[in-house]
Parts: sequence; C-alpha cells; structure tokens
Amino acid sequence: MTGFLLRRLLGIAGTLLVICALTFAVFYLLPSDPAAQFCGKDCSADRIVMVRQQMGLDDPLIVQFGRYVLGIFAGQTLGSGQYAVHCGFPCFGYSFQSGQPVWDLMLDRLPASASLALGAAVLWLLLGLSAGLLSALRRNTWVDRTVMVATIGIAALPVYFTAMLLLYVVVTVLGLMPYPRYIAFGEDPVGWIRNLILPWITLALTFAAIYARMTRNSVIETMAEPYVRTARAKGLRERRVVGRHGLRPALTPVATMLGMDLGGLLAGALITESLFSLPGVGKLFADSLNKADQPVIMGITLLASFFIVTSNLVVDLVYAWIDPRARLT
Amino acid sequence: MSLLEVRGLAVEFDTAEGPVRAVRGIDFTVERGRTLGIVGESGSGKSVTSLAVMGLHRGAAVTGSVRFDGTELIGAPEESVRRLRGRRIAMVFQDALTALHPYFTIGDQIAEAYREHHGGSRKAARARAVEVLGDVGIPDPARRAREHPHQFSGGMRQRAMIALALSCEPDLIIADEPTTALDVTVQAQVLDLLAGQQQARGLGLVLITHDLGVIARIADEVLVMYGGSAAEQAPADRLFTAPRHPYTRGLLDSLPRLDAPEGEPLRAIPGSPPSPLAPPPGCAFHPRCAVYAEHGSPLCTADRPLLRLVAEGHRNACALDEVTTG
Ligand SMILES: Nc1ncnc2c1ncn2[C@@H]1O[C@H](COP(=O)(O)OP(=O)(O)OP(=O)(O)O)[C@@H](O)[C@H]1O
Ligand SMILES: [Mg+2]
Repeated sequence: MTGFLLRRLLGIAGTLLVICALTFAVFYLLPSDPAAQFCGKDCSADRIVMVRQQMGLDDPLIVQFGRYVLGIFAGQTLGSGQYAVHCGFPCFGYSFQSGQPVWDLMLDRLPASASLALGAAVLWLLLGLSAGLLSALRRNTWVDRTVMVATIGIAALPVYFTAMLLLYVVVTVLGLMPYPRYIAFGEDPVGWIRNLILPWITLALTFAAIYARMTRNSVIETMAEPYVRTARAKGLRERRVVGRHGLRPALTPVATMLGMDLGGLLAGALITESLFSLPGVGKLFADSLNKADQPVIMGITLLASFFIVTSNLVVDLVYAWIDPRARLT
Repeated sequence: MSLLEVRGLAVEFDTAEGPVRAVRGIDFTVERGRTLGIVGESGSGKSVTSLAVMGLHRGAAVTGSVRFDGTELIGAPEESVRRLRGRRIAMVFQDALTALHPYFTIGDQIAEAYREHHGGSRKAARARAVEVLGDVGIPDPARRAREHPHQFSGGMRQRAMIALALSCEPDLIIADEPTTALDVTVQAQVLDLLAGQQQARGLGLVLITHDLGVIARIADEVLVMYGGSAAEQAPADRLFTAPRHPYTRGLLDSLPRLDAPEGEPLRAIPGSPPSPLAPPPGCAFHPRCAVYAEHGSPLCTADRPLLRLVAEGHRNACALDEVTTG
C-alpha cells in the first residue's frame, strides 16, 4: 500500500512537471514579449531592456524554467537591489495586470469555483442517480423511455442557452430574485444558496443527463450479474438485493466519473462562471487569457492539472476501498 | 408426500427474435434423501428449469405446477416463495467466482442469508458462517470467513458456495453444474462433499450437469433433457445398463471408457442442438438421430413424441422405441 502510494505520488509529480514544461514552452514560442506586457503601454526601449534583465528573460529557457519550478516550492526573489521583491512559497509569480501574487489571486477565486462545483455536483447526483435508477428498475416502460428521451434533449442544451433561459424566466419574467451575485458562504449561507441556485442548475443539467444514462446502464448491467441472482436465491428481499448487492457495484464507475469531473471543475467552470460573472478561477482564467496575463494562465493551468491528477489518485483509492479485488495492486 | 413434485413445467421467454420455449412441459419428482440428476447438452433447458423451481424467472411465462412439500409455488405470492428461497430450497451455482459477490467477505455473505431467515445477532450469524465453512472442509474457517471470494482457490470457493447453501439447513438443494468450472481432481472432491452432505443431512438434491460421469457417481434418478423436453427418465442404474432413447445412447457412447481399446476416438453425437427459436418439427432430436436415419419414420417428424412407460420407473420419449429395443 505504501509502495503503491509512493509510486503514485511520484507519478503525479512527474506529470505535473511535464505539464509545467509544456505550458512554459508554449509561452516561450508565443510572439508576445512578457517584458513589454509587464512594463505597460508607454514604455521606453531602455526600460524594456531593464525589465527583461530584472525578470531574467535573457537567461536560457531551461534556467528560467528551473527558477519557476524551484520558486513554487522555495519561493524566489525577483529583481535586485532596491527593487527586489521576495515572493514566498508557493510562488507562481505576479500578475502582469494587477501586480498581485498569482497564488493570492487563485486562492481568492477558489471558494467561488468550489461552491459552484460542489453544489452543482450534489444537484446532478441527486437528479442523475435517481433518474438513472428509476429508468433501470422500470426498464422498457414509459417511465424509462421518457427519462431517456429527456436526457438526450438536456445533454444537447448548450450551457449558455440554459443560463440565458433561466435568467430570463426567473429574474426578468417572474422576478423571483435579483440578478445573482456571489456571496461567500461564511458571510450569509442563505444568500450563498439563493445566488448560486441558477449557476448550479445550469452547470448540473448536462451532467445530470449524462449521469442518469450512465447510472441506468450500469444498474441494468449489474442487476444481470450472477451474484445478484445469488442474492435473490438466498431469499433476500428485493430492496436489499438492489440496494446492497446491485447498487454498490453499479455505482462504482459513477463514483469514478464523479471524481474526474469534480477534479476538472474545482479549478473553475469557465463558461458558467463567465455567464453568471461568478468570481471563480474559471472567470479569472478567461480574463487572463484575454489579457495574455502569462503568470496567471500558467498558475491556473498548473492548479487545474494538480486537481485533476490528485482526483485521479483519490478515485483509485476510493475504488480500492469499495472493490476488494482492486486492493492487490 | 414427495419433497418436490414438478408437473408440466414450461417456460417461455419473449425475445426480440420471437418467443423462445426453453422448457416445454417436463415432470419430475425428488424425494427426501434422494438425488435426481438432470443431464443434457448446453441449451437443453436445465438452468431454466432450476430457476423456474426457485421462482427466479423475471419476465418469463412459467406454467405448470411446482409443488414443494405440498405447497404449490407457481402463482404463489412472491413473498411466500422468497421465504422458501435459501431457507428450504437452496441453490449452488456453477461458477462461484461470479456467483459470489466480489465486494463482501465469504463470512458476510453466508451470515447475511442466515440472518435473513433466522434473525438473531450478527455475531451468531457470523459464528454460523464459520461453522458451515468448517463443515464443508475449509481449513481455518474463522480466518477464511473474513476473506473475499477472489482470495479463494476455485475448489475452496465452490465449497464456500455449498456452505452458503447449507447454512440455513434447507430440505432441497439444486446444484447447477457445481463442478463444471473446476479441475478434474477438485471436481471429484467437491462432488463427494456434496453427496456426503446430502446423505448426512437427508436432503433432496437436484444435480444438473452435462456430464454423465457425474450422474453415474451420485444420482438415484436421472432425467435426460433434449431441446427443453424430457427424452428419457429412469433410475440411474437402469439408465446406464438399459438406455432406451437414441440420444441417451449417444451420450453414453461419447463417455470416455476405461475398457475402450487404446486409440479409439470418442464418438460425439453428430450435429448440434436444435435452435430454440425454430426447433425442428416432431421429435426435436430426429435430425441427429441414428435410428431415424436408418428406420426413418413419419412419426418422428409429425408430432413431439410422448413419454411412455417402458419399464418400472423408466420412461422414454421415442416414437421408434420398439425398433430400438427390438
Ligand atoms: N432470459 C432468457 N431469455 C431468452 N432466452 C433464454 C433466457 N434464458 C435462457 N434462454 C434460452 O433457453 C434455452 C435453455 O437455456 P438453459 O440456460 O436452461 O440451458 P442449459 O441446459 O442450462 O445449458 P448449459 O449447459 O449451457 O448451462 C437456451 O436456448 C437459452 O438461449
Ligand atoms: Mg445451465
């Protein structure tokens, strides 16, 4: 077990390093000059040269890369003399736009993204699992057909369409609430829910449709397994046959998918956040892309990669925990 | 009163390709302390029969009569049949690796059945699980009860499956090819275990197999199935000494024999089992039948032959019975 964990952690570190290198290379190949970016609009050629020097942009790429990676773990001092600034652990550099540490920017935006992702996940699990289970247990009845047709329709809805429709109906026509704005949970839990409800629905609908279909297929498949027949032959009640013997294995692949999806969403749901102007990591990313704010883009890319590879590990651990056959590896 | 009396049992599935009549009216009786062997090729309807007795067919039309200890099970409320399952009629399935749940320990799976029918504490049920695991010859049962199916060897797993069946002290065990998935030497051990437990506890046993060698070892009565019907029914010793149906004879001829001259090939029955969707008219076996090939009779293609009493306790469903025995 320890060996397994150690191997996996090494693998994660390696993956992140590769991703880091790739992003770094992409920016190096881009025509834009970070020094000019950082310096601002009316910047003399002399100043740009100075800035280049200060930022270490004249060093070989590999040196710059090493400095960046090292900085994440040990922090680094940028510039020299009276202009020197120390950027503490974990240092992802400073935003060209605001001059703020990238880490602080991301940390600032994380709660909104996490709120959106986790709340939406709860919603799509409730909807998707119950619809999928109902469909599977009422297979080939009108209930099943209705649910399946509905999921196809919903999965095909573009996110921006759902968002606009919800906003128009709920806010404009019915006037049930003002235009949502993000309120931190710690500040006002009820306000947090009220304002996030529309983004949650928007983000959750597509996932709910996909999860419903997946749950249905998985439940139908497991209910045909010999061990389910054995459970019936033991004389167990149908509730127990489904709930204990069928559902657990059926939900294993669903749990795996949930892990991956959450991992991807924690670092921001780009479109949904932008549509609702939620101050999340995804919105920050979209804004930074517009402004070619390289350090921020780098930081978020790494953060997202970190969430995805970590959630992969978590998924594997959970998998081993539910399925004893997976424990040997 | 017999322990199990099956009369005119028929099972029909509604499939996308049309109705499949998997079992077409069979009769058999199982007495306490006796073993009925059901033998037949793949697809002859053996498993469908056993599941019909257990009331485990969902979405299939099951007709006829299944009387267990005097109670009719077909058409009985699901709840009353459920109470019999596992408790009075238990099943041993073919491949214990897939038939046991991969997520739960062996002990858990046995204890769960016991608690369902006997109630009592978790602890008592666990103790019962360890006890039956010991009964079926699993060494160090207390420790093995805490292991999962994949940690067992094939033979031990099948023993655990038998322990599960025995845990509630049933009156009847239906074993559907309990040894097919095992090595030959382990097969014999598991078979002896099953027969031994059956004798010791005075259980009725239905043993399903496609291996006549297995039947010869432990069955008292034999039902030979072909294409969902009974071809021949007889006491085991009679079936082996005086088989009547051409299909039974074919099966016997294809058995490996110790006294066969070296190098003589096994004679398998030519042809393949009938399609369940479009079975041949008349006797389902006639396209492969050596007697029909020689003495071809319109009787064979006209109607399905009826089972006829040919000797004490011996029935044969062949229109050419006189020809074969004459
Ligand atoms: N659920 C089902 N739906 C449709 N047809 C079925 C179903 N179950 C069984 N059958 C059909 O019924 C026939 C008998 O099947 P059964 O499983 O009883 O054969 P068997 O004698 O047990 O064979 P084997 O030795 O391979 O186990 C087969 O033709 C099979 O295709
Ligand atoms: Mg079978």
